[in-house]
Parts: sequence; structure tokens; C-alpha cells
Amino acid sequence: MAMSRDEVFSKVKDVLVDALGVDDNEVTEQATLTGDLGAESIDYLDIVFRLEKTFNIKIPRGELFPEDLLNNPEYVEGGKMTPKGLAQLKENMPHADFAEFEADPDVNRVSDLFTVKTIVTYIQRKLAAA
Amino acid sequence: MRWIWIDKFIRFESGRRAVAVKNVSLAEEHLHDHFPGYPIVPASLMIEGMAQTAGILVGEARQFQEKVILAKVKQARFDREVRPGDQLTYDAQIEHVDEAAAHTVGVVSCNGEVIGQVDIVFSHIDQNLSGLTFPQENFVFTDEFKSLLRTFAAEQGGG
Repeated sequence: MAMSRDEVFSKVKDVLVDALGVDDNEVTEQATLTGDLGAESIDYLDIVFRLEKTFNIKIPRGELFPEDLLNNPEYVEGGKMTPKGLAQLKENMPHADFAEFEADPDVNRVSDLFTVKTIVTYIQRKLAAA
Repeated sequence: MRWIWIDKFIRFESGRRAVAVKNVSLAEEHLHDHFPGYPIVPASLMIEGMAQTAGILVGEARQFQEKVILAKVKQARFDREVRPGDQLTYDAQIEHVDEAAAHTVGVVSCNGEVIGQVDIVFSHIDQNLSGLTFPQENFVFTDEFKSLLRTFAAEQGGG
């Protein structure tokens, strides 16, 4: 039977509590991994691995958290993502909510796209496709 | 002082599991400071012992082509103190390894009794940290570390 969104959220929360050493109540859907929960780059590897184990899925590298887009000069100009870069990022991250980011696509704000909600949505899509 | 916190491997299954022992000796300088009159092995050095055991296991799994760096201690727990004269055993297993990283789980025992757990994430640094480049030579796996495997192989061969 398909897992409900609440069930997915609850398991994602457990993963983040273990991986980042944060409290239960800090892990809200809106919380950003880096800004709010203090995740560092290596934590992303840890989180991906724990999610794979928890949900028994395979997460190809760069699928949940895209890499390398910011190193491409076609995608970034003057510290902002170009329309082409933004389009690519949106294509790579159909599981993220771009509403706020689109208004000011500053590269320093890319990490704000990585929220708890982004993970939950990604996992739900992944489980539905399985 | 040499930065090597395991004495020898007693088991080595490529890509899967490695077990190393460390005999704790009062000849180790730091035990006289940690603590004066009450020598106990610092937990940080037991984490290092596990990191060396698991790190060599992870390195060997890819023929020492990757620079394997301890990136994160996922958990470290020690249930009791370890003293001079005790023998530590680090039993490390690879949980997962891919091009970017390796995850290991490890059980620490003292004189045969389980006393702790150390789980680690290692990063293959050439495959991460985009934009940074590192020296070509593998500065992680020096001959000092590799000699542990040669000693193990020689003992196996002679046994």
C-alpha cells in the first residue's frame, strides 16, 4: 500500500534527526537543510544514503540535490542564475518549490530550495513511480 | 610519535570487513597526561583507530586509487574506560561504497567485550568538493598504512 505523505514526512524527520543531530520540533516542512538545520555538504551524502536505506530506494547522484549546475558559466551570471540555468534547475528539481526563489535567483539562495518539503515530495514521487 | 593507532590486522576481507587490534601501552606518552595518575585511552583516539581500520578497508576496496578522508562521524559511543594493558579490537564493515563516498559501521571491543560503536562516512575527495583540486599522489595512504596490509599478508602466508 502506498505510504501517506504524513508517513513519509515522519520517516524523513527521523532521518534528519539522526543525520543532523537536530530536535524533532526543528524539522518542519518549511525548514531549509543548510540554513535552518545546519547541514554541511557532507551531510547531504549521509542524508541521501539514509533515505535510500529507510525507503528502500535508489537515489542516483545529483537527482535529489543537483550538483555542478552552479559551476556552469551558461547558468550563472553576476551571482544570479540565468533564465537558462533556472530552467535547467527546475527541470532537474521537479520536486522543489520555486515560487520564492524565482523572484530573486541569487546563487546563494539555491540552498534554500533544499527544504524538508523538497525531500518529502521527492520521496513521494519516487515511491509512486516504483 | 607515529600517527598510527592500530597495531595489526587480524582479519581482512576485501571490500567487506576488516578487524584490527591495538594493544594499549603505558609507553604511549599521552596516557601520562590523560590523565596524570589515571591513564585512560582518549575516546578520540579510539575513533581514530576505527577510522584507520575502516579507512584502509575503504581505500583497499578501490585499490588505493581514491583519497579517502574521514568526513563525518555518524555516531560514536563508548560504554567504559580503556586502560594500559588492555587490548582493543576494531571490527569495521563497509555498509555502502560508491564513487563519492563510503559508509562504514564499526564495533569496538576491549579484551573481547563489546564496549562501543563508531560509524563513519568517508569522502573520496577527488570526486567531491567540486572546484578544488588535490595533489596527484595519494597522501592519505602512506607506506606506513600500507605496511599493515603487507604484514597481514605475510602472517597469513606464513600461518
